[in-house]
Amino acid sequence: MEILGISSQALFGQVLIGFINGAFYAMLSLGLAVIFGLLNIVNFAHGAQYMLGAFVTWMLLNYLGINYWLALVLAPVCVGLFGAMLERTMLQRIYKLDHIYGLLLTFGVALLLEGGFRQQFGVSGMPYAIPRELQGGQNLGFMFLPNYRAWVIVASVVVCASTWFLIEKTRLGSYLRAATENPKLVQAFGVNVPMMITLTYAFGAGLSALAGVMAAPIYQVSPVMGSNIIIVVFAVVVIGGMGSISGAIVSGFALGLIEGLTKVFYPEASSTVIFVVMAIVLLVKPAGLFGRTA
Amino acid sequence: MSFVVSERKAAPNLGSTSLRVLAVVAAGVLLAAAPFFVYPIFLMKALCFALFACAFNLLLGYGGLLSFGHAAYFGAAAYVCGYAAKTLGLTPELSILAGTAASALLGVGFGWLAIRRQGIYFSMITLALAQMVFFFCVQAPFTGGEDGMQAIPRGYLFGIIDLNNTLAMYVFVVAVFLIGFGIIWRTVDSPFGEVLRAIRDNEPRAISLGYKANRYKLLAFVLSAALAGLAGSTKALVFQLASLTDVHWAMSGEVVLMTLIGGMGTIFGPVVGAVIVVAMQNYLAHLGSWVMMIQGATFIACVLLFRAGIVGTIIHYLRARRGGSSGQA
Amino acid sequence: MLDVSKPVRLKVEGLNAYYGESHVLHGMNIEVGRGELVTLLGHNGAGKTSTLRAIMGLIRRNGSIRFDGDELARMPANRIARRGIGYVPEERGIFASLDTTENLLLPPVVKDGGMSIAEIHTLFPNLKERARSPGTKLSGGEQQMLAMARILRTGADFLLLDEVTEGLAPVIIEQIGVVIRLLKERGFTILLVEQNFPFAATVADRHYVVESGRVVDMVPNTALSNPDEVSRLHSYLGI
Repeated sequence: MEILGISSQALFGQVLIGFINGAFYAMLSLGLAVIFGLLNIVNFAHGAQYMLGAFVTWMLLNYLGINYWLALVLAPVCVGLFGAMLERTMLQRIYKLDHIYGLLLTFGVALLLEGGFRQQFGVSGMPYAIPRELQGGQNLGFMFLPNYRAWVIVASVVVCASTWFLIEKTRLGSYLRAATENPKLVQAFGVNVPMMITLTYAFGAGLSALAGVMAAPIYQVSPVMGSNIIIVVFAVVVIGGMGSISGAIVSGFALGLIEGLTKVFYPEASSTVIFVVMAIVLLVKPAGLFGRTA
Repeated sequence: MSFVVSERKAAPNLGSTSLRVLAVVAAGVLLAAAPFFVYPIFLMKALCFALFACAFNLLLGYGGLLSFGHAAYFGAAAYVCGYAAKTLGLTPELSILAGTAASALLGVGFGWLAIRRQGIYFSMITLALAQMVFFFCVQAPFTGGEDGMQAIPRGYLFGIIDLNNTLAMYVFVVAVFLIGFGIIWRTVDSPFGEVLRAIRDNEPRAISLGYKANRYKLLAFVLSAALAGLAGSTKALVFQLASLTDVHWAMSGEVVLMTLIGGMGTIFGPVVGAVIVVAMQNYLAHLGSWVMMIQGATFIACVLLFRAGIVGTIIHYLRARRGGSSGQA
Repeated sequence: MLDVSKPVRLKVEGLNAYYGESHVLHGMNIEVGRGELVTLLGHNGAGKTSTLRAIMGLIRRNGSIRFDGDELARMPANRIARRGIGYVPEERGIFASLDTTENLLLPPVVKDGGMSIAEIHTLFPNLKERARSPGTKLSGGEQQMLAMARILRTGADFLLLDEVTEGLAPVIIEQIGVVIRLLKERGFTILLVEQNFPFAATVADRHYVVESGRVVDMVPNTALSNPDEVSRLHSYLGI
């Protein structure tokens, strides 16, 4: 079977890869948006925390024999704790400063983490085996769907949807939204806002680590995986605007798909297409597709 | 914005002028004597990066715009200059001009896009656009991919002076640096620089005073990109190499670090910062990825404890001693 | 002047407060007894709103703020609220990203005895009708009622109300007056910042006059039958 001169296997294979990449973009830009909303910090360390999630997963297996399923819980908790510590010891001290300091500080954290893992593990990636339960795949006729990839898509959609629900539809989420608008007033109602900020950062870090765990069996676990993805995620966030949770999710998945399709029809541009889309969006709608403010 | 050690001077007073003259004389003596004590190649590298950092600081320190993608202009110029010298066989000064012009053009396009958003978005956009340039250079046939563009000939300056002579090359690099540095200094002190600072401190107010803020920002962006290109082109001739390192995001990070260490919004800060970072790279190179960690830790320390940078702190100290009279070092 | 039958709930002594470098309160002294309604009157910029913010812990301050025997001056805002102090800010503070019901349910319950949603809806019928509207789509009067309603739910029994009649139509002001008198009957203690002196006179027990960040006079509401007292107050307020 061929579509536009391209075999359906190749086409759907790339669409699938695009969707998987999109899942990671969505989870990362989601966390970035939540953190930016409350802390006013663009978390450059987000990619490094994603990398950290993958490495914790790898280390849990190779040093302690702890499997993927437990890592799915433990790695986000570890990275979340790391995030909480970072917020308490460093970020808390710069909220009153210009936004660029948040970017510079978290950039420093990202360099420190990436450098540390490079020193220890080198830049070439290390494999992480797909858990036994998810090996193999399904032949859907028009394409072969590996079970693990199907799991990543389902899990990431569930994670994104639950995060959206948590923020938009629950009481906890209403604290978060209110504190994003006016933290002092929310605190004057009796909510421990500083604690909430710490937990929010920890949550965002944990979310990126969760993405890292899911990524470990797909990509190589490598110190550079974080910096590679974070710049693309920044472009996604510029396109979607950081004002909207659903915007971050939708643009993440959509841009992953566009990237996948580009790989089929014009492979040379696949690494740059998201940046080109960003440039076009800046021309047409400078505030971003879902942006509330510029 | 209020993040820089700004020198809100009304008119240059005598004290600061004499201080500057002193600094210039000291720098001149240093530049003349240095090649007899330090490896010239190290000095040339430091000068290229100092110019790069000064160009970056023009945008950040005086325009309040944090570009996180200045490697694009530095690196693209290095490739274009290398191509002009190696493949087209142009003389070094023309090759450097070609590289600088290419960066200026890139700056026009990217600046025009990036100034559509402000603050932190501006930084993310410049970073993303620079990454696009990086991927382009990875794939483009003339860049030599992972190996980079090697054996770029230094050639004969104006067709006469052999730049393969290290001392000649050094003098040439000093001259390029002084020209670039002079342009920046002149710009900062000009009415254009005044308006740029006004926009940095309070953009809506500057607009309400009738200044077309975006035009000023774009002009500053292009000038900064062009001078970063001048630095990158010169660096390509010094090392006879243009490589992916020059366009990588880590290079964009390094120039931010240089400026931060030296002092944002000070004339000499980026020079001091560049010398420190280049020295750190040279002497710590054998430590491998420790350099990256040290840079990360330096970023953190600077942001938390030392935001004024070295030169900024010195200015504060001198100003406090002089009882608050304003001045610029 | 304080009625001896009413034990002091709030005693502010020598309170200084600052916005950044600027010093806005210069030794405020206020007392509010249980069940009392006390107003702070004065010109714009006299320090009335700053006094409420300082009590609430929203700006840098020093001095003494004793509340039910506890010292509040070093507590963060969230712990102050947990003592049972409800705050209605000057700008009303309705959240744009929350709908009316979410705004109403936002402040956590801090004490037993708060009003039920049903009671609140009886008191402010509009809020029931507009339950799903985004908070900022409400009219000014509805926003003001929402700002008050949401702290009545929490069980707070000491209210800091800032300019609750500002910019509202007379009929709405009257409605708010009814609510405030009802709250008084129920035993709430209220510290009210007001520009609208005629309104303040209909609800208050006592008035503090604030000038340049300190209290310059105190007039019991009962004294307002004396024309001399009234003209003295008017001269402060420049009416």
